[in-house]
Amino acid sequence: MNKGGRLLLIAALLAGTAGPVAARKDKDETPASQGSSAEPENPYPSTYRPYGGRPTVLRGATIFDGEGGRIDNGVVFLSEGKVSAIGGPDTPIPADVVVIDAQGKYVTPGVIDIHSHLGDYPSPSVEALSDGNEATSPVTPHVWAEHSVWPQDPGFSRALANGGVTTLQILPGSANLFGGRSVTLKNVPARTMQGMKFPDAPQGLKMACGENPKRVYGSKGREPSTRMGNMAVNRQTWIKAREYQKKRAAGKEQTRDLGMETLADVLEGKIMVHNHCYRADEMANVIDMSKEFGYKVSTFHHAVESYKIADLLRENGICSALWGDWYGFKMEAYDGIKENIPLVHRAGACAIIHSDDQDGIQRLNQEAAKALGAGRRMGIDISDAVAWTWLAINPARAMGIADRTGSLKVGKMADVVLWNGNPFSTYTRPEKVWIDGALLYDAFDPKRRPVSDFELGQIGAGDVK
Amino acid sequence: MTMKLPLSRSVGGMAAALLAMVASMPSLAQPIAITGATLAIGDGSEPVRGGTVVIDAGKVVAAGAGIAVPAGAKVIDAAGKWVTPGLVSGFSRVGLAEVPAVTETNDISANSPFSAAIDVAPAINPLANPIAISRTGGVTRAVVAPAAASGIFGGQGAVIDLGADMSPITKARAFEYVEMGEAGAAEAGGSRAAMILTFRMMLRQAQDYAKAPTSFDGNSKDALLNRVDAEALVPVVTGAIPLMVHVESARDILTVLSLRQDFPALRLILAGATEGWMVAPQIAAAKVPVITAGLEDLPSAFEKLAATQSNVGRMVKAGVSVSMGMLTGDDALQLRVATQQAGNMVALTKVPGATGLSWGQALRTITLAPAEAMGLGDRLGSLQPGKAGDVVIWDGDPLEMTSAPVAVWIDGVEQPMTDRQTRLRDRYATPSEGSLPKAYEW
Repeated sequence: MNKGGRLLLIAALLAGTAGPVAARKDKDETPASQGSSAEPENPYPSTYRPYGGRPTVLRGATIFDGEGGRIDNGVVFLSEGKVSAIGGPDTPIPADVVVIDAQGKYVTPGVIDIHSHLGDYPSPSVEALSDGNEATSPVTPHVWAEHSVWPQDPGFSRALANGGVTTLQILPGSANLFGGRSVTLKNVPARTMQGMKFPDAPQGLKMACGENPKRVYGSKGREPSTRMGNMAVNRQTWIKAREYQKKRAAGKEQTRDLGMETLADVLEGKIMVHNHCYRADEMANVIDMSKEFGYKVSTFHHAVESYKIADLLRENGICSALWGDWYGFKMEAYDGIKENIPLVHRAGACAIIHSDDQDGIQRLNQEAAKALGAGRRMGIDISDAVAWTWLAINPARAMGIADRTGSLKVGKMADVVLWNGNPFSTYTRPEKVWIDGALLYDAFDPKRRPVSDFELGQIGAGDVK
Repeated sequence: MTMKLPLSRSVGGMAAALLAMVASMPSLAQPIAITGATLAIGDGSEPVRGGTVVIDAGKVVAAGAGIAVPAGAKVIDAAGKWVTPGLVSGFSRVGLAEVPAVTETNDISANSPFSAAIDVAPAINPLANPIAISRTGGVTRAVVAPAAASGIFGGQGAVIDLGADMSPITKARAFEYVEMGEAGAAEAGGSRAAMILTFRMMLRQAQDYAKAPTSFDGNSKDALLNRVDAEALVPVVTGAIPLMVHVESARDILTVLSLRQDFPALRLILAGATEGWMVAPQIAAAKVPVITAGLEDLPSAFEKLAATQSNVGRMVKAGVSVSMGMLTGDDALQLRVATQQAGNMVALTKVPGATGLSWGQALRTITLAPAEAMGLGDRLGSLQPGKAGDVVIWDGDPLEMTSAPVAVWIDGVEQPMTDRQTRLRDRYATPSEGSLPKAYEW
């Protein structure tokens, strides 16, 4: 893509298109000059390969397709790692395939958690494994969360078995204004981070508003110690990033700077911004800042006050990644309400359920149920199938992977959960989970339950087993 | 007043005597009869359809199917709804913090010259917003524990009601709180060996204090306790108040149970007990109640390597009295997730290899069981006649996350169903402003 093309892309991003726009790296694109070196543009490539599985038909289930559609007594056909057919009871079923009777059960696309620290803050929670925040400077866009991911975190298996999570974004922590790059993972056990890495998913940039940066650095007698300090450091950093990006785009010689590369990629629409931001007034400031410097915020995370500015978020095409019921644990969370998600949804803005938590990620469906119930009680009637978008296509769009996963559409990755009941019920659990068509969890097959190296041979030997 | 005695549900035996007692008491208000509900008593029995609850003079008079509505009662039709006892949080810090991360509002722990003698009761703020938010979530009583920050003992916890009034205390000094796992070892200088010795020596010194209070020298170089803390531990050693021990690992649980060899009067309560399932027969044999998190299934600490969601189910199966509470998560804020903890115990009954609870057993862990653990099982925690009139009407199955309370009574007093969150919800039902700013909408 040439410079003019990039500007067009940025313009498109800023025009407030419906929903966040995936800005995938185009493999055919001529790499921008990155100084004098000849380093590869993608130096830590995914080695993930689908594990393969037998062609399988799920027949008779209630299907939520992840984009708001519902099919009763439906048929889903998974083959060669993809959704190859989906439809009603009359959908033809090929011969020589595994047919699973799913009468009375539910089928959904796999849950996507847009906000996780699994692997970076793993279990056990000891200092030696605590690698989620490079809290040594408020500006660390040069760090990559993927380089802290410990694939043996037992939390991945719980998210799979209890939560039906098939894809998750690992973000750096929120101590810093610019926390670093995120990574999107397939929730498959692997020996290396690269073995989990979602192929060609755009990276994200974690940013943070509010209390955390000003507390962490203010308490060290450093800038920022106030919200205005937060904004000032942000803006000065974006000014530098623009200069770096201009030189890079023009092919001018300059010393490689990992942090500036991240920010330049944001300015060019290649990296998506995930901004931890609780308060409505701070989100408005960030929106203005993004326009000042010409970048797009994909999603505000933990946005407990999104309901106060749902109109503004809709107009700017920004998603809100939210909890079902968290509130009040810190000052900027004081105004959290259970109706946040339905209010954002009703306003026509994009709502996402997220966890930020090793336990919450096991029950995102239940967190969605809290929001759904709270909304219905105030007269916001959202169907179950539409509410599933909060766990599926909405996070997929906000992470730039909606063309490949996040819904049960023909040709998409066969990331699928068979639930043993309505997944908005507390009494429901995943019965089977497929990732790219590979059966990686089966409640009825003890050998289809992962046990991480850390848990192997320990007392208990892992709760998934 | 005439009344048909409860039939299948129960409790009929006591009812006649209680009715006589109630009749002799001055009536505080008109009796209330909640009818037509799917009714759960809280004692472990399964819910029944078409149930009725009668409350009078602040107490439950009768509950079950086939209960007659007393003459003159205010009848509340709860057809299509569910009725349960008010939820009892088996472990919390509600009322001790408005915003936990804002230190000025946080009274959960202290760096203090005192430890065991610290009494949370006067610090509990009945007007704290998390109390109202928990109340509208169906929680009517809570165990409130201090946290230890000045040695292994945290101080004396309370049982409270969450009513919209200025009298929150159900029972002050309901238990003493002590850390005996990883946190206890840290408080004792860095090892479990030091922690256990510290504990034993402190209890011995409390015994010394009890024998001769005036000659107890809290300032001597051998003294581990000042006079005030020594005095506070006397009822612990004598068993006059229970000792709630926070401990997670199987090994630490057995260590705690063995303390009764030297201090036979100790009335132990285990809080945490993530690995309790491994030593469930021993806990059951010791008749020690357990208050646990329920959903803890990760080896989040080395003292929790054997964490499993089946912990509760396996302990209950072994005969342990198990309650659930906020051992993890927002212990000052999110008491209302008790229903989620309980509902997930039911979900486990459908997972091959897991051990869960029946619906009735699950509800019991968040109602009667915690009341019993606190020695208050005869006064509250279930809808048995004579118990506190703590009742919740829900708009659906209370263990489903889509459900919510529609009415709450505490000691027979109907509670407001608004809180700060419902006010914010109503203000921002639409985000756009009218002719004046949002600040004028209230």
